[in-house]
Amino acid sequence: MKPSESAVHAGHHHRDDTGSKIGMWLFLFTELILFGGMFLAYAVYRLQYPNEFKLAAIELDALVGTVNTIILLTSSLTVALSITAIQEGKKHLAQIMLGMTQVLALAFLVNKYFEWSHKFEVGLFPQSDVLLSKPPGEIIYFGLYYVMTGLHAVHVIIGMAILAVMMGFIASGRIAKDNAVRLELGGLYWHLVDIIWIFLFPLFYLIH
Amino acid sequence: MATTAVETGPDFYHEPSARKGLRGWIFSTDHKRIGILYGVTMMVFFTVAVIIGLLIRLELLYPGKTIVDPQTYNTFFTLHGIMMIFLFIIPGLPAVFGNFLLPIMIGAKDVFFPRLNLLSWWLFLAGGVLALVSLALPGGPADTGWTFYVPYSVRTTTNVLPALMAAFILGFSSILTGLNFITTIHRMRAPGMDWFRMPLFTWSLYATGWIQILATPIIGITLLLVAIERWFGVGIFDPALGGDPVLYQHLFWIYSHPAVYIMVLPGLGVVSEILPVFARRTIFGYKFIAYSSLAIAFIGSLVWAHHMFTVGMSDTGMFIFSFLTFLVSIPSAIKVFNWIATLYKGSIDPDVPLLYVLSMIVQFCIGGFTGLLLGTLAVNIHVQDTYFVVGHFHYVMFGGTGFALFAALHYWFPKMFGRMYAKRPAIVAWLLATIGFNLLYFPMFFLGYLGMPRRYYDYLPEYTIYHQISTVGSWVLALGLLVMVVNLIVALRKGAKASANPWGSKTLEWTVASPPPMENFHEIPVVTKGPYDYSEYERPHETK
Repeated sequence: MKPSESAVHAGHHHRDDTGSKIGMWLFLFTELILFGGMFLAYAVYRLQYPNEFKLAAIELDALVGTVNTIILLTSSLTVALSITAIQEGKKHLAQIMLGMTQVLALAFLVNKYFEWSHKFEVGLFPQSDVLLSKPPGEIIYFGLYYVMTGLHAVHVIIGMAILAVMMGFIASGRIAKDNAVRLELGGLYWHLVDIIWIFLFPLFYLIH
Repeated sequence: MATTAVETGPDFYHEPSARKGLRGWIFSTDHKRIGILYGVTMMVFFTVAVIIGLLIRLELLYPGKTIVDPQTYNTFFTLHGIMMIFLFIIPGLPAVFGNFLLPIMIGAKDVFFPRLNLLSWWLFLAGGVLALVSLALPGGPADTGWTFYVPYSVRTTTNVLPALMAAFILGFSSILTGLNFITTIHRMRAPGMDWFRMPLFTWSLYATGWIQILATPIIGITLLLVAIERWFGVGIFDPALGGDPVLYQHLFWIYSHPAVYIMVLPGLGVVSEILPVFARRTIFGYKFIAYSSLAIAFIGSLVWAHHMFTVGMSDTGMFIFSFLTFLVSIPSAIKVFNWIATLYKGSIDPDVPLLYVLSMIVQFCIGGFTGLLLGTLAVNIHVQDTYFVVGHFHYVMFGGTGFALFAALHYWFPKMFGRMYAKRPAIVAWLLATIGFNLLYFPMFFLGYLGMPRRYYDYLPEYTIYHQISTVGSWVLALGLLVMVVNLIVALRKGAKASANPWGSKTLEWTVASPPPMENFHEIPVVTKGPYDYSEYERPHETK
């Protein structure tokens, strides 16, 4: 085991990409389970209020959801492409791909913003008179909708911050052709954000 | 175990290249320094929580008001619970002793993610400070009990939010520690240190790490939902809006029952570590002890609803959860049988760590058996939410994990600080603590069985005698703890220098100097034997 110079410089005595990935995957488990608690709540209430959930789901615009799904899936593609690019030493291309990911993530959030503001305009938000006049199942549906998509949006923002740091690392050379594990881990986080949306999308927009 | 000569040179306290003063500690990524940092911060929280506990017992000395009003009493038991659970007993063994010892025990120079380790401590500190700050903010400290049950936790005007956030942040810290330990154990074992040559404390930390990772996020999201409920009133747990408070209880216990195994598993690991050393005997049933940790972690994740037998659940559900509760006692019993078998025909040296361990085994058994009573459906209806539960819980957590922690403290003290403590005061402290503990908590079984509900401020006159025995016990226990702490603090300054291996132990941490040098090993050891090879003490016919 001969420690590489750059690893010693970074304060580590070793470089073990497999170990780093194990750590990241364990962290992703915790994120999945964090959302798992809410999926559980969703399942319980869907069983309890099946008809009201159907009625409430009609209020959501499947087109907006579909567009956002396409945006997020494409952003996962660009992250994967940036990893491949850096592994082939194409630093500039990797930066462009990450830049595209940021633009797509921003587009997702803007879309989400307009979707939420539309709901607010028609009075569908927690504690509003319109919502409180509806049956309990619909109140719960919109409660879950705001909490789950809201927490997901927070994760999108965290993901953007992580990828911004990665862009900085590529610029400074800390992520390079032979040392791309940080970008791979950042990419894994981005894919997690994506996959959670893949489950949120049908649960709220598609099942009627 | 390994043939490394004890190295000379500066220990990690006096490492010349380290940053100086306080900065050298609070920004250090050295696992030993982080372990000590946790130890010091935890002592502060533990002391506060013990004092609150003593005040609770003092209030209960007589029926009616003794020293505080009912609202203050409610905040007392809430804070005692939150601080003892989230700030002391959950992080206790893994964060202090796990951090200090895990890398050395498997022959590594540090944990896998040293900087993440430091972040865990900072999060721990932030959570602890937030919990303390919530005491002083206007509105008054939280009064919900450590369980934060809805709908009360949504409606009370006390500072529930800071307490919730504190628990959330502490959960994050706990997850990062677990993640770090699992990765370390997978990737950083020394050459020859295969899975079944790992010390059993390491095995228990491994099982604990998995529960920390898989269960803690659930409490994270649950507490977050309560906070969101308070901020926005989304209705998920509010029955007025169609939500279900029982769902909260499920989500809460899906974490909080496995959490008691986070608390107790490392304690069981400590016992398995100390027993063979002072019995001078190879541990009996190594693999069974190792696997039983994993079995406890697995089955323990499936028993949560036994906290909720009286809230309304299907009979089938109750049978299943009761059955699984009985099942989880099997791996725990396997450990106890193996410990007893290890002592059998050993050359027992009743030194201080072993005394604490022996108290622990007896108290853990009492806690375990009363746990079985609580898991029995019919009995549970009778004793649910009574002092019986309080007695059971403290027997397992304090009598089990707490005493294991004291044992660990007395066992690894010479390694951590390079000094020996005085034995006679340590034995006096052990005797006082054991007597005090049992006086304090045993009457609670009677109280509970006679119908005294937990968390009540006042009680009927016929319960007085049990409450008074219990309160006197709390004073004896506190005296014991005081003697113990004073003795150890004196030893820090005046204790005789400890050798590298004062107990004749066989695990790797005793092959390095006391205290260990900065990077533990100047050369990574090569491991050739199991961790508890005491065959030189055993006569030939006994090894068969």
